[in-house]
Amino acid sequence: MARINTTLNRRAFLKASALAGGGLMLGFNWAGCAPSEPPVKGMPDTWADINAYLKIGNNGLVTIMSPNPEIGQNVKTSMPMIVAEELDVDWKDVIVEQAPLDTHKFTRQLAGGSQSIRQGWRGLRLAGATARRMLLEAAAQRWQVPVEELTTKAGVIRHEPSGRTLGYGDVAADAAGIPVPEDVALKDPRDFTIIGTTRKNVDGPAIVTGKPLFGLDTQREGMLIAMIEHPPAFGMTIKSLDAEAAKAMPGIHDVFTIDAAPDGFDRQWSDVNAFPHLVVVVGRSTWEVLQAKRALKVEWEVASPLESSADHTAGLARLLREGRVEPARRDGNPEAAFRRAATVIERTYSAPFLAHNTLEPMNFFADVKPDRAELLGPIQTPEFLRRSVASVLGLPEDRISIQMTRMGGGFGRRLYGNFGVEAALISQKVQAPVKLVYTREDDMTQGTYRPAYQVTYRAALDDRGRLIAFHVRGAGVHGGPVFADRFPAGAVEHYLAEDLSLESNVSTGAWRAPRSNFIAGAEQMFLDEVAEAAGKDPIDFRLELFERAMNDPVGEAHDYDAERYAGVLRLVREKSGWDTPRPGVHRGVSAYYCHNSYVAQVVDVVVEANRPRVQKVWCAVDCGIVVNPGAARNQVEGGIVDGIGHAMYSTLSFVDGVPEQKNFDRYRLIRHAEAPKEIETFFVDNGIDPTGLGEPSLPPVIGALANALARATGQRLYDQPFITSLQGFALEGTTG
Amino acid sequence: MATYTLTVNGKQHQVEVAPDTPVLWVLREHLNLVGTKYGCGIAQCGACTIHLDGVAVRSCTLPVSAVGRRAITTIEGLSETGDHPVQQAWLEHDVPQCGYCQAGQIMTAVALLQSNPDPSDEDIESVMNGNICRCGTYLRIRAAIKTAAQRMR
Ligand code: FES
Ligand code: FES
Repeated sequence: MARINTTLNRRAFLKASALAGGGLMLGFNWAGCAPSEPPVKGMPDTWADINAYLKIGNNGLVTIMSPNPEIGQNVKTSMPMIVAEELDVDWKDVIVEQAPLDTHKFTRQLAGGSQSIRQGWRGLRLAGATARRMLLEAAAQRWQVPVEELTTKAGVIRHEPSGRTLGYGDVAADAAGIPVPEDVALKDPRDFTIIGTTRKNVDGPAIVTGKPLFGLDTQREGMLIAMIEHPPAFGMTIKSLDAEAAKAMPGIHDVFTIDAAPDGFDRQWSDVNAFPHLVVVVGRSTWEVLQAKRALKVEWEVASPLESSADHTAGLARLLREGRVEPARRDGNPEAAFRRAATVIERTYSAPFLAHNTLEPMNFFADVKPDRAELLGPIQTPEFLRRSVASVLGLPEDRISIQMTRMGGGFGRRLYGNFGVEAALISQKVQAPVKLVYTREDDMTQGTYRPAYQVTYRAALDDRGRLIAFHVRGAGVHGGPVFADRFPAGAVEHYLAEDLSLESNVSTGAWRAPRSNFIAGAEQMFLDEVAEAAGKDPIDFRLELFERAMNDPVGEAHDYDAERYAGVLRLVREKSGWDTPRPGVHRGVSAYYCHNSYVAQVVDVVVEANRPRVQKVWCAVDCGIVVNPGAARNQVEGGIVDGIGHAMYSTLSFVDGVPEQKNFDRYRLIRHAEAPKEIETFFVDNGIDPTGLGEPSLPPVIGALANALARATGQRLYDQPFITSLQGFALEGTTG
Repeated sequence: MATYTLTVNGKQHQVEVAPDTPVLWVLREHLNLVGTKYGCGIAQCGACTIHLDGVAVRSCTLPVSAVGRRAITTIEGLSETGDHPVQQAWLEHDVPQCGYCQAGQIMTAVALLQSNPDPSDEDIESVMNGNICRCGTYLRIRAAIKTAAQRMR
C-alpha cells in the first residue's frame, strides 16, 4: 500500500462548500443531471459534501461527480469507478452526475488526446481515498478507538476488535468536518474490486428510453432557436445580406450577421473557425427557422483563392518533391546508406480531408444577461470555450457558467467551440435564451477537417535483407503527419524524418488520433512491402526491429517502449494463430503506438462473390490497467470500425472551395453491412497505470486492413478511400 | 398553419404547425419528445426513426400532413418502463457509446423483429443498413438484436 501525499490538486478535496462563495453558482435545472436509474437504496434525506468529487447521503448513497466531458468514450462511468474503488463503496450505491466546468475544484476538464483516465487517475484515486480516510476518522472519534483498528468494505466501516460496524451514511456528516488528511494510503491494484470489472454505462437506461441527455435536447422557457448560414465556399465571405424576405416569414424573430472573431478577440487554440462572419436566423421553432434560412438572400464575395481538391493533391505532391525543410530527425548517414543499398523501396501514400460528422450536429444553448451568461451544451473544451466567450461578450470569466451535456460524438470536433461562441453572441444580440442548431449541411461544410495528407517512404535493404536505412517525408494541410521519434526511429541505423506543411484557407483540426490516423496506416502498409521484399514474415520483420530498439537503440531517444510494442505483436500473433494459415482467409498485420498505448492487430479478409469482407479483427492492446473492460472493448471495437470505415469509404473533396459532400447521401460512412463480422480484443495485464484508449485502436487497423486486402486481391492500396482505388472488386455492403 | 390531431404513444395530441413540418420537429419541439433524434434531415442516417402503425419510418422527411390517422410510436412509447426486450438486450450488451443513434437503431430493430422474428446476420445487416452509428457499435447492435430475438420468440 503506497502512501500518497495529497498536495496534488488539494483544493479538490477541500469541502466543496468552502469554495462555493467564490464562483458563480447558477441553478441548473436540467433533466440530464438527474441520475439515470433510481438507486436501490432510495434517495437520502440529507447529503454531506465530502469533497469536490463526492457527497454521501445519510442512507449511504454516494453521488460521484464525473468531471470530464462525455463524448461516448464512457468516462462518465469509468472515472467515477476509480473514485468508488478507493472510497470502497458498493457500485450499486453510487449515482453519477456530470460536473459543470469548475476550475477551482477540478483540473483538466477536457476530452481529448485519450487522456481523461490517464491524467485523472491519481486525482480520482486520491478523491476516493481521502474521503474514505475522513469517514474512518469520524468513526474512530465516535467509537473512541484508534483509526488503525478500523477497516472498510463496500461502504461499511468495521471495528475489528469489537465487531461493531457503521455505514458510511452514519458518519458522513461528521466526516465532512474532519480536516483533509495530509497523506493517504492508496489500494494495491491487486485489491481492486471495481476497477478491472465491467460496469455498464451509467446513462444506458436513459439512452435506450430516449431521455433528454444531449445538447440538442435542451428546452427552456422562452428559448429561441437560432441557425447560421456560412459562406458556401472556403475563401468566401459575406458581401451583403437582404434579410427582408426571411424576416417576414412565420415564426421568425430576427435575421442579422455576427462576427465571432471581432477585433481584439482573445483567440484561444480552440478557436479554429474558417467562417467567423455569419448570417444568423432566429425564430421560435427549428422548422420555421430552417425555412427562413432557405429564403435568405446573401451575396458572397471571394476573399482568398478558391481551392479544389486537385490543388491540394498537387500542392502536397509538390512539397514532397521539392519542399525544403530541416530534418525533424536524422540518425547516421541516410544518404550514403541509400547509395550502397542492395534494394531500395519507395512508396507514396495519400488520404483525403475528412469531416468529423458527429451524429449529433454542432449546437449550443446560451442565455446571456448584461452581467452574466449561462452556457450549456456539447463541448470537449469547456475551459477554453469560457475564455473565448468571456472575450467576445466582455464579461469576466467568473460570470460565465458552462455545463456539459452528454455529447452525440466528439472525435475532436468539439474541441473547437466556435458554435458556443456564436450561441453566446446571438443570445446577447436578441436578449433571450437561444439554442443554436447547425443543420447537417452546416456542420459538414463548416471545416475543422482532418487534413489531407501525403507521405513518401523509402527503405534501404542490404544484400541479406536487413533494413539499413529508412526515410519518411510527409506533408499535410496546416501541418504534416510525421512523428519523427516514433517507430522505426531508434531501430534503424540510418534514419531521416521530414515533415512539411501546406497552407490553405480550408480549416483543419484534431480528428480522432490526429496525424496517427493517417501515418500509422501508411507506415504499416509500407513495412509490409519492405518485409515482403526482405523475404521475411511481417511480424518477424517488425520484431527484429524492436530487438534493435531494445538492445542497441539508435539515436538519443525515441518515444516508445520497444518491449511493450513487441509484447502486443507477440500477443496478437499467438491469439490469432498467425503462424497457422487458413485457406481462403487473407491476413494483414499492423502494430502502432500512440496516446501512450500499444496496439497490434490482425485483420482477416475473405472474398465472397468478388466482395472482400473483413471477417475478423484480432486486437491486442497494452493500455496499462483497464478500468472497465467491457467499455474498453467497446472503445476498441468502435475505433476499429471507425478506422476501417473512413479508410475504405470516406472523403471530403472540394471544387472551387465548395465541399462536394454536404450530407450522408454523398459522404459515405461505414454502415452495418460493411462492419467486420467479428472483433476480438485482448488486453495485456501488466498493472501499469492506465494510458489512452479512445484513439489507439483506430490508426493501425487501416494498415492491417490494407495489408489483408493486398493479399486478398493482389493489389497494394496507396490512396484512401480504398473504395476508389481498388480495381475489379466490390467493397459495397448490401443496401438497406 | 393547420391543426393536426396525432396519436403518439397511445395519446392524442393537437398541434398547430405548417403542413410541411416534419414529424421529427413536431415530436421534438411541440410534444417535447426529444428521444427521436435529428442526424441528417434527408432520410440517410436513421436517427429519427419512429413507427407509423408499427412500420419503421424516417420522421425527418415525413410531413405532419401525411400522417393521417396512423399511430405514431416513439422511443419514449416503446414500453411503459423501458423494459421492451430490445431495450433490455441493448442494456445487456451495453451497446451505446455516445448513444445518439441508439433510439433510431432500437426503433428499426423492433420493427425488424416484428416482421422477422428470427433474422439471419444478412437480414439484420440489410434492414439495419439505413441506421448509421458514427461510433461504430454495429457488432453490439447485431448481438443485441439476436439476444432480443431469442427472448421474444
Ligand atoms: S435525421 Fe432522419 S434519417 Fe437522418
Ligand atoms: S453510439 Fe454514437 S452514433 Fe451510435
